[in-house]
Amino acid sequence: MKPPFSILEISDLAIPLPGGGDRGFAVDGISLSVSAGEIVCVVGESGSGKSITAQAVMGLLPKVFRNVSGRIMFEGKDVTTATPAQMRDLRGRGIGMIFQEPMTALNPVQKVGEQIDEVLRTHLTLSRKERRARVIAAMEEVRLPDPERLYHAFPHQLSGGQRQRVLIAAALILKPRLLIADEPTTALDVTTQAQILSQIRDLQRDRGMGVLFITHDIGVVREIADRVVVMRSGKVVEEGPADVVLNRPCSDYTRMLIDAVPTLEPARSDHVVTGEVALKVEGVTKIYHSGGLFQGKRVVHALQETSLSLRRGETLGVIGESGSGKSTLARCIMQLIDPSSGKVTLGASAGGRPFYQRIQIIFQDPYRSLNPRRTVGESIIEGPMNFGQPRTEAMERARELMALVGLDPTAVDRYPHQFSGGQRQRISIARALAMEPEILVADEAVSALDVSVQAQVLRLIDDLQKRLDLAILFITHDLRVAAQICDRLIVMHRGSVVEQGAVSSIFASPAHAYTRELFASIPGKGEKQAVLT
Amino acid sequence: MLAFIAKRVLSLIPVIVVVAIVVFMLLRLSPGDPAVVIAGDNADAAAIERIRVSLGLDQPLVTQFFIWAGSLLQGDLGISIFSKIPVTDLILQRLEPTVSLALTTLFFAVVIAVPLGTIAGATAGSWLDRSLMLVSVLGFSIPAFVLGYCLIYVFSLQLRILPVQGFSSIRQGIGPFLSTIALPTMTMGLAYLVLIARITRASVLEMMGEDFIRTARAKGVKERIVVTRHALRNSAIPILTVIGIGVALLISGVVVIETVFNIPGVGRLVVDAILKRDYPVIQGIILMFSGTYVLINLAIDIGYAFLDPRVRY
Repeated sequence: MKPPFSILEISDLAIPLPGGGDRGFAVDGISLSVSAGEIVCVVGESGSGKSITAQAVMGLLPKVFRNVSGRIMFEGKDVTTATPAQMRDLRGRGIGMIFQEPMTALNPVQKVGEQIDEVLRTHLTLSRKERRARVIAAMEEVRLPDPERLYHAFPHQLSGGQRQRVLIAAALILKPRLLIADEPTTALDVTTQAQILSQIRDLQRDRGMGVLFITHDIGVVREIADRVVVMRSGKVVEEGPADVVLNRPCSDYTRMLIDAVPTLEPARSDHVVTGEVALKVEGVTKIYHSGGLFQGKRVVHALQETSLSLRRGETLGVIGESGSGKSTLARCIMQLIDPSSGKVTLGASAGGRPFYQRIQIIFQDPYRSLNPRRTVGESIIEGPMNFGQPRTEAMERARELMALVGLDPTAVDRYPHQFSGGQRQRISIARALAMEPEILVADEAVSALDVSVQAQVLRLIDDLQKRLDLAILFITHDLRVAAQICDRLIVMHRGSVVEQGAVSSIFASPAHAYTRELFASIPGKGEKQAVLT
Repeated sequence: MLAFIAKRVLSLIPVIVVVAIVVFMLLRLSPGDPAVVIAGDNADAAAIERIRVSLGLDQPLVTQFFIWAGSLLQGDLGISIFSKIPVTDLILQRLEPTVSLALTTLFFAVVIAVPLGTIAGATAGSWLDRSLMLVSVLGFSIPAFVLGYCLIYVFSLQLRILPVQGFSSIRQGIGPFLSTIALPTMTMGLAYLVLIARITRASVLEMMGEDFIRTARAKGVKERIVVTRHALRNSAIPILTVIGIGVALLISGVVVIETVFNIPGVGRLVVDAILKRDYPVIQGIILMFSGTYVLINLAIDIGYAFLDPRVRY
């Protein structure tokens, strides 16, 4: 069924990349359209040109992109030839936009109500009272609690989900005909993501609005899309109705994207762990105090009475949303912060090796966890050299490690920015392994990666564990990833462990209400089998 | 908010105590016995001893400190060794020119630097931005006394539109006041101006890359308002910080500038006192300068909390 008319019509859009890129065009001759009342998902991995396309529609391309060719017709007018004043008028009034990072997309020093109000002040001439009433109504519409009070709140006082609702309220207050949503739920917890997605869907239906929804997450596409456009390296690979593209994809790339999404089928049901205990955490609690002399004291229980044990050759998953205490647990184990009580002990070791040779951590963000001004080789050998390994020997070992994680050994002389995200995460793994640790802590180590890269890195970790008999503590918010790599799970909620057990038994019958909620929130669940046939 | 301010004020007490101790020790540790200096070249040992007792210099150091600190608390900074006038009175007599100069400099620098820095930051890479940065390097590199004499040469000797030196109180009319204070203000203000302009530029430039700027543009907000309401407003803290740090610059500046332009202010007073080793006067002025510095930075700390809602300790 083709809806009546298209509000957005992009044809042969080409945006050249400034010199020095790995390809000539960021967006290479794409065409797509969005009709009133439909949600079109543009899906692709990082670097596919999907965000650039969205920015081009808004007329918000960074200045480095010039010589844009092709047409972007919004309601029959070409925005590529519009004057700046015409574009300003269109933004906010004709086209609303929401972004990936609700944490940083709001002005930190302005009240959230005023930030919604700014759209009204910019586009209409209304009295203060009328504006205020409309802002409150818009906040109610996106189900922000207690709008009268929240109007005067500052962004840092709101949760991630609330901030994204504020942005949605601001984007939709003038009832635009088109909403552009650029990865709006990527930075949110799964339970919040589920709420925001259903809210966007509801608002879109109520208003008959067109939505251009950009995402990398096939699960999200399943939840929300009417039509799907798959992009790769600036080109449209495939396009069609959601059920066709997702269930009967005709391009290999789309099939690969869909297949790379981990299933919820536990992969390690028959893996038997027999190794000795490598790490024991007993009743670790971390309490933060704030306030003091003039204010009431506040006590935050970041982590409460947490115990676990981990064997060689075993992967223990720690599952939870932001604020659940999982990263606090990792930091306590790594001795990066001191627990308020409880203790962490490592298993018996041959030869009494120092702590940081026995346990290493991989962090979430491969873009920021490597020093940008040192070669990757320098980063890898720093640890071993601190423990007395001679430089030439350490560098030789670094080359072996680069080969081990599937990178060119001669690349040790390059700098982090010369590698992709997935390659950087491999380098981080090589850096951790340089210490020849018995225990590896992976703190959301694959969360920032594209699905195809994620699958490769997960295979690498799995393979290294078998070869080196590593004990792995795998912290993640992604139940699909946990299903692939973990033997056992602990589920954390508000600083406490609410459930633990073998992956297969938790996935088969989650006992705690919170665990069940987590499962219910996984986007696009239960439709996977249809693809494989 | 009140609790926050109270806490800030209380945290000044240790700072002030340390300042007082340092200033006190400064006098006792410097070479030369004040009693000998006061007694003059021809005094005999008995006369020196009498002066020493009368000044309390024979007491143990700790006792001396408490006596000194006690009179300090009553606003008594001691008596000038040479003019025999209380130091407090000396400073008060000289305060007006110095305060006038500091305020006009502050005003001159901030009013020009913040808009220029903002425009440069918002249009980074443009000809305006680049020429501004070039001028700022020059502004930093020229010593104030060189700049002062250059300005005197151009405006006073060649163009003959401003007086060479001197000071006229604002009570004697705004015209003479402005014409005498214009050159000292420009001389002292240039380095301060480029400092603030550079920080404003860097900070605004950084903010222009933030996500909330993109959000504002997506709302259709005019670029001028994006720059002021969003980028500049979020740059307020670094700008305010550098204005505060710059006060130290002003304090050392007045000493030079008042000498160059022959302005009878506190800066000149301290130069004269140092030349004559008039310790009570030196002490008093150092105390006054450090007190001013501490108080201004207190005001800036409190200003943070008004400018950024995330700052609440």
